[in-house]
Amino acid sequence: MLSKRVIPCLDVRNGRLTKGIRFSGNEDIGDPVESARRYYEQGADEIVFYDITASAEARSIFLDVVERVAAEIFIPFAVGGGIATVADMRDVLLAGAEKVSLNSAAVCNPQCISAGAEAFGSQAIVVGMDVLAVPPSPAIPSGYEIVIHGGRKRMGLDALAWARRCQDLGAGELCVNSIDADGTKDGYELTLTRSIAEAVTIPVIASGGAGQPQHMLEAVTQGKASAALVASIVHYGQYTIGQCKEYMARHGVKVRLSW
Amino acid sequence: MLAILDYGAGNQTSVRRALDHLHIPCTVTADPAELHHAWGIIFPGVGAAGQAMRTLCARGLDKSLRTAVGRGQPLLGICLGCQILLEYSEENATPTLGLLAGKSRRFAEHLHQEDGSAAPVPHMGWNSLRVIRDCPLLQGVDSAAEFYFVHSYYAQPAAELVIATTVYGHEFCSVYGRDGLWAAQFHPEKSGRPGLTILANFYRYCEARHAQ
Repeated sequence: MLSKRVIPCLDVRNGRLTKGIRFSGNEDIGDPVESARRYYEQGADEIVFYDITASAEARSIFLDVVERVAAEIFIPFAVGGGIATVADMRDVLLAGAEKVSLNSAAVCNPQCISAGAEAFGSQAIVVGMDVLAVPPSPAIPSGYEIVIHGGRKRMGLDALAWARRCQDLGAGELCVNSIDADGTKDGYELTLTRSIAEAVTIPVIASGGAGQPQHMLEAVTQGKASAALVASIVHYGQYTIGQCKEYMARHGVKVRLSW
Repeated sequence: MLAILDYGAGNQTSVRRALDHLHIPCTVTADPAELHHAWGIIFPGVGAAGQAMRTLCARGLDKSLRTAVGRGQPLLGICLGCQILLEYSEENATPTLGLLAGKSRRFAEHLHQEDGSAAPVPHMGWNSLRVIRDCPLLQGVDSAAEFYFVHSYYAQPAAELVIATTVYGHEFCSVYGRDGLWAAQFHPEKSGRPGLTILANFYRYCEARHAQ
């Protein structure tokens, strides 16, 4: 049986981490490669890097980060942020990433999902969805709307319908980020996570809201997610990835405990 | 020196990165002379069996592989490279290399995992092994170790070749082979330390064979 995955997410700006990341008893690290190595050693199952600058100059710095990560980290990792074309996808995959994460570009041009899946296989294409809870309406019957630009732009698109469409277009995985839960540390938006997971057959990664290992447990049990994305809960040394996984294992979830 | 077979299969670079990290000398090559002189060959693969066989045959690499195995050169097939060592693949109904007895089959749709959740195809993620029989490749690998899989087809070799199995919807063969000719369905180059151990074990075996 597949293990549930724990996936730390690192935001990179101009080749450096955007937030200082502290590990207990250790140095303050601004280098994404250092952090990735640390998470690899703590038992991360995958890592996601978001290039939050995505300007042309920053892009080459970022690709250099991807190459350095690939030379040191021997688990799968995904790269997102500003990826819009098959050429962009090829660049990061050749630099050593296993997967690309398509976000705004997928919403604005859904064909980039199918183009990517055709060129590199569905297993390489993750679609990241930013979702906002709204009052249900004829256009948004689920009460979950797709937004882009960090939640600033509402797209009039129902999240469940969009999730199914992404799967039909060839997405291999969906990363479902709740704008409402993001940054709260109060737990994932479990109703959203579960609704999406039940609407598709491809794996769903829960994102936004993790503040304790219990939240990750909830995401993969009540939320039916295949994986939990984490950021500040591990970035500030509050918990290690290993501690989170041990907690999940103690509560009956199959996670990878030997690495 | 190990040779990583280059036939445009996609993941030869990640295999090379892992070997570089382990300080194992290697070259990514499709040159018959380099393949001939290598202590062992790693045969990676990502993609579809039909296309892979067409490329191998067009470049004469099917013959190079047969010759290598005939001469007793160690060979390790990974993922698609694991499946096409067998005689036939259901993927694109492709006759494959036939270096070992068996065929590759597609996972059925609508299978379920042990906890009742769906087992969608492809099988993608971390999964464990049940080791059936000792193998130098698995020396020093913790029995709880997990490996990274991405595949829609699985190898079904002759029963006596099975080294380890994995469960996804049903039990399937994830490592098989005989002395010096091995295949792993998962990606050792993406499976953390246990995966690197397997690559290092393969190299150590090749080195010892070469010294004889």
